[in-house]
Amino acid sequence: MADATPRITYDYVTRTIARTLGNPGRGYFLLLGAAVALLAVGIVTLLLLLRYGLGLAGYSHPVYWAVFITCFVFWVGIAHSGTLISAILFLFRSGWRTAVYRTAEAMTVFAVMTAGLFPLIHIGRQWYFYWLVPYPNERGLWPNFKSPLIWDEFAIGTYFTVSTVFLIMGLIPDIAAVRDLATGWRKKLYTLASVGWRGTNEEWRHYTRGYLYLAALATPLVLSVHSVVSWDFAMAIVPGWHATIFAPYFVAGAIYSGCAMVITLLVPIRTLFHLEELIAVKHFENLSKLCLLTGSIVGYAYVCEYFIAWFSGNPNERAAFWYRVFGPYWWASWTMIICNAFLPLLLWFKKIRTNLTALFVISIFVNIGMWFERYVIIVVSLAGEPYAPWANAVYNPTWADWGIMAGSFGWFFMWFLLFVKNFPAVSIAEVKEVLPPPRRTRAGAHA
Amino acid sequence: MSTHLPHIPLPQPLHDIFRPPPTPGVLGVFAYLDATLEAIEKLRAAGHTDFTVYSPIPRHEIEDALGQAVSPVRMFTLIGGIAGCGFGAWLTLWMSYDWPVVVGGKPIGAIPPYVVIMFEMTILFGALSTILGILFNAAFAARRLGTIQWDPRFTNDKFGIFVPTEPDKAAAAEALLRGAGAEEVRRG
Repeated sequence: MADATPRITYDYVTRTIARTLGNPGRGYFLLLGAAVALLAVGIVTLLLLLRYGLGLAGYSHPVYWAVFITCFVFWVGIAHSGTLISAILFLFRSGWRTAVYRTAEAMTVFAVMTAGLFPLIHIGRQWYFYWLVPYPNERGLWPNFKSPLIWDEFAIGTYFTVSTVFLIMGLIPDIAAVRDLATGWRKKLYTLASVGWRGTNEEWRHYTRGYLYLAALATPLVLSVHSVVSWDFAMAIVPGWHATIFAPYFVAGAIYSGCAMVITLLVPIRTLFHLEELIAVKHFENLSKLCLLTGSIVGYAYVCEYFIAWFSGNPNERAAFWYRVFGPYWWASWTMIICNAFLPLLLWFKKIRTNLTALFVISIFVNIGMWFERYVIIVVSLAGEPYAPWANAVYNPTWADWGIMAGSFGWFFMWFLLFVKNFPAVSIAEVKEVLPPPRRTRAGAHA
Repeated sequence: MSTHLPHIPLPQPLHDIFRPPPTPGVLGVFAYLDATLEAIEKLRAAGHTDFTVYSPIPRHEIEDALGQAVSPVRMFTLIGGIAGCGFGAWLTLWMSYDWPVVVGGKPIGAIPPYVVIMFEMTILFGALSTILGILFNAAFAARRLGTIQWDPRFTNDKFGIFVPTEPDKAAAAEALLRGAGAEEVRRG
């Protein structure tokens, strides 16, 4: 933190961040209540789906991958910027990440937890989910490892495990720091969770090395996960899906939506927990620059897709992309293009990059646009399948689709809000690391 | 009167790791990084090798002053990663040949799609064994040091050095820590 005033000492950092664990006021509980209410909507919808079947959702031939899979890809995408900020920027030694990476990393874990629910809801009979796992069974059958859906299961499973242990590893020294200030039941919780951390040179020696390797492993992982998710589509022959550009296109889109979600989450958290001094406007500016970069890649990918559809000369490919922008779902395609490719161009202006209200609004529109991107790719490509158009029925999502989607937002925000209230939402040790260390030559207290 | 049996202590590996016996020594609390570094240099010059430095954050200066070797955690990562890659290859290939089903006209054991599984397993096993490496190495270091003195301020804003010494030699270590600028010195 280059703009750190001498007032920001190690002790100040510990106490400011430990204060977020205190009573956060009414605004926090209103938000938490809203999240739990949304989750309740999702749970009731899920129970109805279990009772009456997936027919309650809007599935119609040939759209059998619809809002649930859209939400799955959306939430996996949200997860990605967390690992980008925590692992990739760690390897690049970017100092500014220290103030925001914990929130981004927690967002990753909870977004993957949310995403993981959707394939289960989508299969309809959740109690058979273990059929995905390669376990010895009486029929001697094994999963088909040539299927991208099995790759996806391994990729998401690995991603969830690794991002969770990465979050917990980063938390250990910080939990130890708040443990030494806490009292009561929190003291017991943090004593258990900090696994006896004392900050000895031996602990730091193994910890810093291990953290470096975890970051080095998480970096290729994050790039692989959304590539594998994109191959769920790209390996199929549906026009609009079968494209080699999908892996980088999806990874850029994922980081784009994730950075937008970090901004959406950090703006209220910064105000609710009074972290203005640690999370400065400069951090938001850097996040919005990341948005601008990845948003431009996404915009470029859109142009490429349409160009290749035309340039391929394949009538089915051309028909699919014509259907996207001028077919019955034109509004979804144009929402996606305007929100993702044009709106972020505002971020070229420094005035907008440093205006938190503007950033908050733009980030919400980017989230909407990115949700519609997945909707367009998945649903509209299927609905417009040009092979047997007379057999295609009209697809419309129903209340069951929206109910589950609302529930997923409730689930995500509930975990996130509980996390920021009960664990250090900003990394204590890493914020201290970018401060100048206390030296007696500067302080002049000792001879 | 019961017969007097000799007392044979049972081995208690977990207790030994997590509650090692106390080590006598001197603890110095420092407010400044450069004072801590000075104390480390003086201690090393005086022939101390097994003292412990506490710090709220990792600092390269402390590592350099202590002249620590690179952590063996990297071997855990390497071995875990290679094992994971091998496990992924075994899982996919063995399961394919155990019940051979031709899918999409592709070979039974098709390497390109299995690379994805091998890659993910490399990362998963590598990451988990890195965690185990950190935990094992830190736990065994703590076991070797014994139960040593510590202060809760070390996770906030103070640095500390614990020098294990016999009680009769504690005065010299105490003087050394004070001379380097320790703001507080305790014996235990």
